[in-house]
Amino acid sequence: MTRTEPNRSSKSDSENSGGGGGGTTAMRVIVPLQGVVQGRGGLFLGSVIPCAFFYFLQFYLKRNRKNEPDSGEPSPDSDPSSGSPDPTRSQSVGNLTELASLPRSLSRILLSPRLSGGAVSISGRAGCVLKGGDSPYHVGQKRVEEDPYDESGNPDGVIELGSAHNTKMDWVSEDPGEAISDGLCMSGIASYEPSHGLIELKTAVAGFMSEATKNSVSFDPTQIVLTSGAASAIEILSFCLADSGNAFLVPTPCSPGYDRDVKWRTGVDLIHVPCRSADNFNISMLVLDRAFYQAKKRGVRIRGVIISNPWNPTGTLLSRENLYALLDFARERNIHIISNEVFAGSVHDEGGEFVSMAEVVDTEENVDRERVHIIYDLSKDLSFPGLRTAAIYSFNESVLSASRKLTTLSPVSSPTQHLLISAISSPKFVQRFVKTNRERLMRVYAELVKGLKELGIECTRSSGGFFCWVDMRGFMSSYSEKGEIELWNKLLNIGKINVIPGSCCHCIEPGWFRLCFSNLSERDVPVVMNRIRKVCETCKSQNCFFGI
Amino acid sequence: MGLPLMMERSTNNNNVVELSRVAVSDTHGEDSPYFAGWKAYDENPYEESHNPSGVIQMGLAENQVSFDLLERYLEKKNPEGSMWGSKGAPGFRENALFQDYHGLKSFRQAMASFMQQIRGGKARFDPDRIVLTAGATAANELLTFILADPNDALLVPTPYYPGFDRDLRWRTGVRIVPIHCDSSNHFQITPEALEQAYQTARDANIRVRGVLITNPSNPLGATVQKKVLEDLLDFCVRKNIHLVSDEIYSGSVFHASEFTSVAEIVENIDDVSVKERVHIVYSLSKDLGLPGFRVGTIYSYNDNVVRTARRMSSFTLVSSQTQQLLASMLSDEEFTEKYIRINRERLRRRYETIVEGLKKAGIECLKGNAGLFCWMNLGFLLDTKTKEGELALWDVILKELKLNISPGSSCHCSEYGWFRVCFANMSEKTLDIALKRIHEFMDRQSGF
Repeated sequence: MTRTEPNRSSKSDSENSGGGGGGTTAMRVIVPLQGVVQGRGGLFLGSVIPCAFFYFLQFYLKRNRKNEPDSGEPSPDSDPSSGSPDPTRSQSVGNLTELASLPRSLSRILLSPRLSGGAVSISGRAGCVLKGGDSPYHVGQKRVEEDPYDESGNPDGVIELGSAHNTKMDWVSEDPGEAISDGLCMSGIASYEPSHGLIELKTAVAGFMSEATKNSVSFDPTQIVLTSGAASAIEILSFCLADSGNAFLVPTPCSPGYDRDVKWRTGVDLIHVPCRSADNFNISMLVLDRAFYQAKKRGVRIRGVIISNPWNPTGTLLSRENLYALLDFARERNIHIISNEVFAGSVHDEGGEFVSMAEVVDTEENVDRERVHIIYDLSKDLSFPGLRTAAIYSFNESVLSASRKLTTLSPVSSPTQHLLISAISSPKFVQRFVKTNRERLMRVYAELVKGLKELGIECTRSSGGFFCWVDMRGFMSSYSEKGEIELWNKLLNIGKINVIPGSCCHCIEPGWFRLCFSNLSERDVPVVMNRIRKVCETCKSQNCFFGI
Repeated sequence: MGLPLMMERSTNNNNVVELSRVAVSDTHGEDSPYFAGWKAYDENPYEESHNPSGVIQMGLAENQVSFDLLERYLEKKNPEGSMWGSKGAPGFRENALFQDYHGLKSFRQAMASFMQQIRGGKARFDPDRIVLTAGATAANELLTFILADPNDALLVPTPYYPGFDRDLRWRTGVRIVPIHCDSSNHFQITPEALEQAYQTARDANIRVRGVLITNPSNPLGATVQKKVLEDLLDFCVRKNIHLVSDEIYSGSVFHASEFTSVAEIVENIDDVSVKERVHIVYSLSKDLGLPGFRVGTIYSYNDNVVRTARRMSSFTLVSSQTQQLLASMLSDEEFTEKYIRINRERLRRRYETIVEGLKKAGIECLKGNAGLFCWMNLGFLLDTKTKEGELALWDVILKELKLNISPGSSCHCSEYGWFRVCFANMSEKTLDIALKRIHEFMDRQSGF
């Protein structure tokens, strides 16, 4: 049976999950055909006719390119009966979908004549990576690099409120003596070591993760696999839990990084499940359910759900009930749960309770524990992004075994491991660090919310992590993605602050922005407020006000 | 918070949740003899005083011969023994936060300068074309993702490093089509073998995207001749495909004059369409003996490849602490010149020791001039010249001689009876013991 793929257009996937009519060209041909002719004949016709269609379409397209001297080029549609156990998606459909979604400039590279001396082509995967460089996420980052704010040196520079690194916890110079042994013993660190991490570091990480849950969970170091960053951890899990052509459900708004981490190299897709401001952006199990069945109808196999807790970008903590409901959902559909808990150690709301997915499955049957996989990132909580150390925590031995092998491709450097071992093995240091971190985040967050309120700007209640999810719908010129991007541009170019527009987080409602405050000290908050005020005034004077 | 029953639900609650094909596939290759021998070593490792009859590890290409030079340098430059590099903790702070996939500029410049030195200045390297990855393993995989689509192929000359089966194929879905080389011409790549491999792929309807060579070769321990490199580049231009040259052993060539990097060939070419199909992989693991540091690089003459590789390297970045630790050492040209020279000399002497020792035992090796291993011919000892025959002999060597060496079949060698023997990951004394065991074995053999 010909397998099809979800439409890879650049339109928001929320349209697909919401509308339910997002079938591919292929489906529109096959389904009725298979409905008309039942039985084996139907199977045969339903497979052969669309494949023949694709073959001739591609032949037609190829003919319309310049003539190639190398006429013996293998046809991409080498296996029309497509019942092959080929691990990758069906060639014919894959190729067609890719051609359809490529911008014209890239198609020039891929379809150029193969004369000697002609430009040599790169892969379709690489092409997609290249074209993604112009999103607001990257443009803003670049502006910050070119003109970074500095209190004394460059007070008019661009303030980075886009990405999540916690620059204010300076344990390196605050506590070098206590935290870190100075010894650089070369012979201990130069040789090959297991790529998935030293057991001493895993033990230390397990301790740190337990501390983040206020010791309500005891993490087993042998269930930890270390790798060079959260991006790698998510990608490894994507490779382990899903095949190319499958998909994960992800409630939105979500981390902008998932588009890269889950999709780039794996061939796995993301189906966005929108959450709305009316529900305080809480996950609706109804909407999740609907998205699952709509995907199934389209022939897309869902392999898991990706959640983050504390939530990126809203900062919300998922309640115990939420987590149990998600586990039920996953059990009923026999799928995985990836729980991204990278901000677990940065819960700054005293009234908030962080519950790890690990705690929820603690008392469950093995078969259910094995569907839960947790990601943790030392860099976030330790303000050490440069050290590139993240952990996959799983109850599933097969996942752990595959992940360990995959870390040969993204291992943690051994001097870094040794440094971290000496840093986070001291329980006193860890406790003090986590406490200080929380208090600082709480103070800055409080100042920020106060300042925003004075400007008439609301945000959702953020209990953990480094983000404020800010409602700026009132300042857009039009209630649309275009209006949002215009406002983002103003914030960047007039206000000189880099924030992430909600569209990068796949938020279905325009006008929300992610503001990262871990880079700020309390002194910086008034500066940021002034900048935002300037933009608000510009909007008002241009009659941007769009009444909600 | 019950779930509304909207549609038919899966009633099979006893289903164990499934994993992907990548997760359950054995393309990671860890069940092959190449890795099985390592396990045997782990369980019973040789140790001079405590376990003199243990397994001697000769299957791991690690360079420990010049480690003392590094140790002395690093400890001298960092008198506090700090892990923070020469600038100490304050200098480190500015880099702890650094997470840019461009990599520290100072470190890239240091890598470029080091790579230039290894090639005796015969090629120049632009630091902005260097993309850092967590090891050469990651670099090779990354390039494969960038240059080829699933089900495409890379042509790789045999015998080749067993890890390629994993690095080039596992997650990428790309295939390897072998370019068969044999002992009749010292395993050098011939134009006929290239054409044949290309045709084999075409006949199977597989699109070839590039050729990937290792120069100096692993497992042969020999450099690729300049003429062969030129032929390779011509071939790639004619077929409009890429050329990847994995040069991780470039600093381990015994005589500098005997190594020609593909960078030298490209240096004199102006035609961009020729240059931009060439990509080089390098790592500090072999030449500097720092595998644990996981520092690899892709050097490409193709702007799109550099840009894409940089972005994709987000999955496999080198920690900023490691970069800083090594940056000043690698830019110290006086030190690196001395290190490269002494390392080459020591490796050459080791090589001569082992080859002489084997010769005395009646065993010939391929004439090598580089790397951390020699390519030994035991074909005459096989019961049958088949893979089974070779593995039977390998098993005897592992179990009776307690030597872990790598059978040629795990390197996809088309001739049976060849074995890769590493000599740089042990002391001279241990090497003597290994040779002694081989002598005794050969004496027993000739007794039949």
